[in-house]
Parts: sequence; C-alpha cells; structure tokens
Amino acid sequence: MCHLRLSNVSKRFGTQEVIRDLDLSIEDGAFVVFVGPSGCGKSTLLRLIAGLEDASAGTIEIDDEDVTQLPPARRGLSMVFQSYALYPHMTVRANIAFPLRMAGLDKAAVDRKVTEAARVLNLTDYLSRKPRQLSGGQRQRVAIGRAIVREPKAFLFDEPLSNLDAALRVNMRLEISELHHQLGTTMIYVTHDQIEAMTMADTIVVLNKGVVEQVGSPMELYRRPANLFVAGFIGSPRMNFINGREAAKLGAEVIGVRPEHITLSPDGGTWRGEVGVAEHLGSDTFLHIKVDGVGQITARAPGEVDLRHGETISLTPEPGKMHLFGKTGEVIRTPEGVS
Amino acid sequence: MATLHTQSTARLMMSPSVILLLAWMLIPLSMTLYFSFLRYNLLMPGMEEWTGFFNYQYFVTDPAFTAALVNTLVLVASVLVISVGGGLLMALLLDQPFFGRGIVRLLVIAPFFVMPTVSALVWKNMLMHPVYGLFAWVARGVGLEPVDWLSSAPLLSIILIVSWQWLPFAALILLTALQSLDEEQMEAAEMDGASALRRFVHITLPHLSRAITVVILIETIFLLSVFAEILVTTSGGPGYDSTNLSYLIYTQALLQFDVGGASAGGIIAVILANIVAIFLIRLIGKNLET
Ligand SMILES: Nc1ncnc2c1ncn2[C@@H]1O[C@H](COP(=O)(O)OP(=O)(O)O)[C@@H](O)[C@H]1O
Ligand SMILES: [Mg+2]
Repeated sequence: MCHLRLSNVSKRFGTQEVIRDLDLSIEDGAFVVFVGPSGCGKSTLLRLIAGLEDASAGTIEIDDEDVTQLPPARRGLSMVFQSYALYPHMTVRANIAFPLRMAGLDKAAVDRKVTEAARVLNLTDYLSRKPRQLSGGQRQRVAIGRAIVREPKAFLFDEPLSNLDAALRVNMRLEISELHHQLGTTMIYVTHDQIEAMTMADTIVVLNKGVVEQVGSPMELYRRPANLFVAGFIGSPRMNFINGREAAKLGAEVIGVRPEHITLSPDGGTWRGEVGVAEHLGSDTFLHIKVDGVGQITARAPGEVDLRHGETISLTPEPGKMHLFGKTGEVIRTPEGVS
Repeated sequence: MATLHTQSTARLMMSPSVILLLAWMLIPLSMTLYFSFLRYNLLMPGMEEWTGFFNYQYFVTDPAFTAALVNTLVLVASVLVISVGGGLLMALLLDQPFFGRGIVRLLVIAPFFVMPTVSALVWKNMLMHPVYGLFAWVARGVGLEPVDWLSSAPLLSIILIVSWQWLPFAALILLTALQSLDEEQMEAAEMDGASALRRFVHITLPHLSRAITVVILIETIFLLSVFAEILVTTSGGPGYDSTNLSYLIYTQALLQFDVGGASAGGIIAVILANIVAIFLIRLIGKNLET
C-alpha cells in the first residue's frame, strides 16, 4: 500500500538547519517510531512528510510517486496532533465526519463510517458531546477516529500521548498498537520517550540534531547501538559509560555496560564501590554506586536486595556484554562481536 | 466571600460606588420620566401642567418621528454590516505576515482615536465637499460631475463617516480573536482536505463568533445614539433625511425649547434601545455562553 522514501531531505528555518541531508525508507505496513531528545527535529520531519512544511532540498516519495510539491490533502496521509487539534465548536460526530464531508461523501456513507469508527474506538456514547466535555483519553480517541475514517495510506502521530497521565498512557499505547494490528496501515509515530519507542515500534529511527543516528528494530538498537548517543538514549536506566584508564585497558575511548549487565557480590569482583541512593521499584532495585577510579555506576539488583547507604560492595560487568566505543563515539566492538 | 460576616463587609465596602452609580442613572432617568408627562416649554416658564400621555402622542405622531426611527435603524444596521464585514477582511489581512505590519496595524487603529466631531468635519470639508473635496477632485479627474455628498446622499454620507470610525474597533477585536486561533486546528483541517475557503467557513468563523457578538453588541449601544457626526455635517437635513432619534430629541429640546416633548422622545429612545438589546441578546447572545 504505502512505501515511503525520503532522499537527501533538508529543512532550514532561516539559517538554522533543522533536518540535514536525511535519507530514510519506510516499508509498507510498518510501525516506525522517530525518537530523539526534545528539539532534535522529529516534529519537523513528520511535518515534512505530511506536507505541512516545504522541504528546503531533497525529495519525498510515497508509493514511488514524488509528492514533494503536493499539498497535504493530496498526499493521502492522516495526522494526529499533540494538542489533538479537535474542532471545539463541533460535536464528536461532526469532528470525525469532517474529513469525509470535505471529501464530498454522501450523508449515508458518512454516517456509516462515523458509526463504525466510533464503535472501534468506544466512542459510541459520546458522539453528541463537544470536545471540551471529554476526558483527555477520549479526546485522543476522537483525534484518532478523525484520522482513521479517511482510510489514509499512513498515519502520522506527533507525541500523541504526552498530554495524558501515566496510567492512561500505558493504555493508549496498547490501543494504538492494537489498532495497528487491526488496520495493518503504515504508522509513523514521534516521541521523545524511549519506552514508548521500545514497546510500540517495529522499527526505531533515532534522531539527533536533525541527523539519523541509527535505524533498526528495538532489540537491535538495544543490543548493538551504533554509537554513544544511541547507547545512551535506548535503555532505562541509562547505560553506564566509563572512560579513562579502565577504558584504555580494553583499547577503547569509552566502555559502556548496562545496569542489568552488572553482577553484585559481597567481595571479589572487578570493582569495589560505596552504595549511594537505592531506588526500590518492587520488582527491581537500582543502586547508584560510587566506584573509585571509575565513577558513578548504576546497577540493577533484585527487588528484595538489602543494602544500606554507605555499604561497600563488589561489581563485576558480565563478560561479553561490554560495548567499546572509539574516539568519535562510534562503536568498535559490540557484545556479539566486531561491528 | 464565604461567611456571613465577609458578605456583609463586602456589601458595606461596595455600597458607595453602587449608590453613586444608581444615583447617576436613576435621578436623570426619573426626572426625564417626570418631565415627559408635563407640558413644559422653556419659552413659557411657570406654566407647567400635567398632560398625561399628550407629549408621547405628539412625538410619535410627528411625521419626523417615523423618518427618524427608520434612519436610526438603517444607520445602525448599515454601520454594523460595513464595520463587521470590513473589520473581518482587515483583520484577516493584518494577520498575514508582510513588511511593515507593525506600522500598518498602528495606522489602522488611528481613526478610533480621532474625536467624532473632528473626523466628521474632516470628511465634510476635505473629502466630501463638492468644490474642495478629494472625492470631487477625483471625480473631475476622470471627467465626472462631482457629487455633493452631504445634500444628495446625506444618510449614506453619515453611514460612511460613522463606519470609518468603527472599522478599526471591529478590526482590532477580530484581529486579537484571530490570533488566538490554534494553528494546529487549521493544519488539521488542511490535512482533512478543507480548502482555504472552507477552512474559513468551518474553523475561522465559528472561532470568531464570540468576538463578532461582542463587537455587534458594543457597537449597537453607541450607534443608537450617534449625534455629533450629524450635528456638524448635515444638521439632520435636508428635511429629515439624516435625522435619527437622538438628533430629533435634540431639535425638540434645544431648538424648540420643548422639554416635555424631548423627554418623551428620550423615554421612547430608551425603550427602543431596550427592544433592540433584547432582540440582539436573543439572536446572538448564546454565543457568549461558554
Ligand atoms: N516554524 C519554525 N520556525 C523556526 N524554527 C523552528 C520552527 N519549527 C521548529 N523550529 C526549530 O526546529 C528545531 C526542531 O524543532 P522540532 O522539530 O519541533 O523538534 P522536536 O519535535 O524534535 O522537539 C527546534 O530548534 C525549533 O526551534
Ligand atoms: Mg515536537
């Protein structure tokens, strides 16, 4: 249905280059997540694809058709905005029906499609309400309803869950993933939250300062980050980075080891350190340990671990789970071998 | 103001201004009401007597009254249409980014700060004058006979002058409303396939409805009592062609010294204003509810 390709796309606002010479290909039916820190150009990239911004250079193709100069409505894409952008003076029914009315469908067809979308999204009881009479999650679903009735070639989501509370966010995450399985339509999803990216994506595109740092499946990025930025961005809590003498011993500028790949023991071990803050999550405990000559290290321990502030403990990074990085931050050895 | 104590304190503190305001409104209104039932002419002092509804009957059956009533309503309606329609266009224009927008915005607001008498005199002597006026000069320039605006189209001239004064007000209010329109809504509508015209009809206009309501209500209050512009330009003439209610009351009271008749006219004007207000609130007041 929809194969999307960006070639050499750049975007400048005045003199500021927000997207730099970007190449990307998105397969039909994929769930692709753009992830990166705030201000790295995720929204801009999404808006370039939608046609809400003009590319300064490069071409955008949908199904092998060059759409770079096409207005948004003619690209056949739907977008769900961060603010939902519902029409406040229209009822839920009118909101969902709006794109269909604009497309000139007859009334019976509009009614049928709106009713069907409302059923899928559990909005049937709210059709005659105004947006301001709805909760955040319901508004979100109306925005999605307005996007799906058009049967677009692809959905674009710009941080759709960032205005919801934590519990609702987890729910909506599941609902959107479920919707993707039902519809099988390509979805492009923007977020700054790496947990959303890891849990929802087939393919993650990590962006930094307008440049693609790495593209891959969630587990690929977790196991074999291509550079320091991706290694630090994917995974929670963050990977530990160690430089200096310890890194030089292994012939690297920086070594990285994830908190879950450190074994704790009362004595013996590679490093010794003093326990600082312990964060108890119930299932796990994250220990922040100060190791002399290495620095601050975060380690994961079982939930029931009983360690006090100030106690001394031994740490051993699991052999074969270390990431070695070179001078420019590029990876020189991943745990599973030379990259 | 939760407790009984704070409530009564609040009442006490507010009472001076409330009493002052009430006195300010009630005393003149009740005196007008009282005079309207008297035979009271300044040329015949000491001969005041009770006449019941004679003054009202006299005022309403005066042929000038119907003309003035129609003129008042035509004036209000036309200026509303021109200032809201023109203000909307102007606001849309001023919302676009262009070079020198700040200066242009400032200039557009300017007419609102010019006193009605001054602007009416400028229109009369510099623009509409059949000999010295700019319009006459333009007309002669293209080989046409200059029009004597104030005598051949007096009401239209007044409407133009008053509209010119109120256009900036409407444009300013509508511009601020326009600027509060969520950009993402417009983009969503664009992605939903709405053309520029349909975005205006389906998104912009509903968003502006409340501001338009406010403009209509405020302007109506002032337009019902337009006076200075008529006094310094046409003096209500020729005949009664540009006389509105407030000008008619003025001629009764100060040109014919008939206090009783003028008071009756004043009361009728108050009643008319209330009828218009009720009508407007019924028609568009629901836009003000949240
Ligand atoms: N319309 C615009 N004009 C100027 N600069 C912009 C505009 N939109 C975005 N930017 C800039 O582009 C950069 C990336 O913005 P954005 O794509 O919104 O980041 P993200 O969504 O990743 O947080 C930011 O530095 C922002 O200031
Ligand atoms: Mg963004």
